[in-house]
Amino acid sequence: MKKLVTGFPFWFFVVFLAMVVYATHVSADELAAPAAAPAAPAVDTGDTAWVLVSSAMVLLMTPGLAFFYGGLVRRKNVLSILMQCFMMICLVSLQWVLFGYSLCFGPDVNGIIGNLDWVGLRSVGASPNPDYAATIPHQAFMIFQAMFAIITPALILGAFAERMRFSAFCLFSFLWATLVYDPVCHWVWGVGGFLRTAGALDFAGGTVVHINAGIAALAAALVLGKRIGYPHAISPPHSLPFAVLGAGLLWFGWFGFNAGSALGAGALATNAFVVTHVAAAAAGFTWALLDWMFNARPTLLGMITGAVAGLVAITPAAGFVNTIGSIWIGIGAAVFCYLMVAFAKVKLGYDDSLDAFGVHGIGGIWGALATGLFATQAVNPAGANGLFYGNAAQVWIQLKAVLVTTVYSFVVSYILLKLVDVLVGLRAAEQDERIGLDLTQHREAGYTLLE
Amino acid sequence: MKYIVAVIQPDRLDEVLDRLTEREIHLVTVSNILGRGRQKGISEVYRSHKEAGSLLKKVKLEIAVNEAFVKPTIDAIMGGARTGQIGDGKIFVLDLPECIRIRTGETGGIAIG
Repeated sequence: MKKLVTGFPFWFFVVFLAMVVYATHVSADELAAPAAAPAAPAVDTGDTAWVLVSSAMVLLMTPGLAFFYGGLVRRKNVLSILMQCFMMICLVSLQWVLFGYSLCFGPDVNGIIGNLDWVGLRSVGASPNPDYAATIPHQAFMIFQAMFAIITPALILGAFAERMRFSAFCLFSFLWATLVYDPVCHWVWGVGGFLRTAGALDFAGGTVVHINAGIAALAAALVLGKRIGYPHAISPPHSLPFAVLGAGLLWFGWFGFNAGSALGAGALATNAFVVTHVAAAAAGFTWALLDWMFNARPTLLGMITGAVAGLVAITPAAGFVNTIGSIWIGIGAAVFCYLMVAFAKVKLGYDDSLDAFGVHGIGGIWGALATGLFATQAVNPAGANGLFYGNAAQVWIQLKAVLVTTVYSFVVSYILLKLVDVLVGLRAAEQDERIGLDLTQHREAGYTLLE
Repeated sequence: MKYIVAVIQPDRLDEVLDRLTEREIHLVTVSNILGRGRQKGISEVYRSHKEAGSLLKKVKLEIAVNEAFVKPTIDAIMGGARTGQIGDGKIFVLDLPECIRIRTGETGGIAIG
């Protein structure tokens, strides 16, 4: 007899419903208001408008990433990439409002994690939370942060593209968002988080988003192993125009990502906007010239890869460095990521299919350290001075945040991948991988041959 | 009856078609194909990793003709496709035992033109 339902999605749905029931139950009781509640700060309409627009722009980065990655894979796998990105939007959004936001930003537990007071967005409402953003509704901050939680695990999929089972992808992504992203986000950005308390600077997520995802990508590439036929029998990118479209959307969305992280519409957001743009331009330009020098021709794929590397590197620094600093950060991003992708990856022999580690991991680490070099309080009095402005200690603080994130992300990601492998099997069957994930995992085809 | 198959450089297609038309040869099937011969490909570079382009884009022409048109057809293809460089392509001439026009059911030489 034919099975009524497939086992994995059934149990996944049961767990999801259980979480919804729990959140419904918890959020029925309002939290007691603090004894002497201070007068609620006023909401600024300009700030709120900018943060809401920024949230939409950051959301658009995930479909942008889908096209960036989707263009780089083979025809038979393009839908699997788009599907994984859209699944991430749906899955993490729900995880976020049910309990992810509470784990990241809820009341602190020993500097390690938020507690569950804000499950189901209990007490996350219209009035501002001055700890995070004093001039916008708390829910505006919450939904802005939701977009970061979505794109971070989506970045990882570049490392395991074209060979992971979809059920394994769903389970891993859900566990990673909960057990890696949420704690690291709390350490760096949550009130009471231990890296925030230590003074680490991460304006828009260089550590939380890019190093975190980039290192997890390295773990994924190592645990899953190479694609069949890598490196010699892998066809070139099936649609570079798609990849360029995706890179363009990423660049556009990144203004929301970085300038939006000012959480207000003012001078700081403007600085972040300008340095974000300049760093991307410097890195794209540099990469094209490096290609030209080493391979005799400048390539389009190189140029957009460079631009993305520059955007990654400026992310932690956007609110702390000036324009000249951002040019150096962009140049450094192109040089370091180029060395990784063009030379080191070949020597090391792992298959980071779309260079998620090479660009986001390396670019993120460079950006975090460069923040410790180029940061200046002339840009942001709430920040700190870096090495070039007389404060060598900041580099050490940045390095510590990088090391802690790297070790935690690698170890936990590695364990989660092994766990998922035992539970549902990480890799698609060999025959499925040869046929392509679109047909075997989704029963769909990206392109038809006949009309 | 002969079946003439020619593999040529894509950028020579228009010239070959013009010369076929001059000789009143109008019926031709054209396909985009990949292939390789003695000509070396242009290798492509993706993020600094070279892809040796061993298969090249070519155009394939298929033309069914009666005996009288065999030489004009070959002349037209030679004239239009030849540059003197390696990679100009090849012409294959095959015997064609039968030809049937689907609309009328006519067979043989009359069905070709």
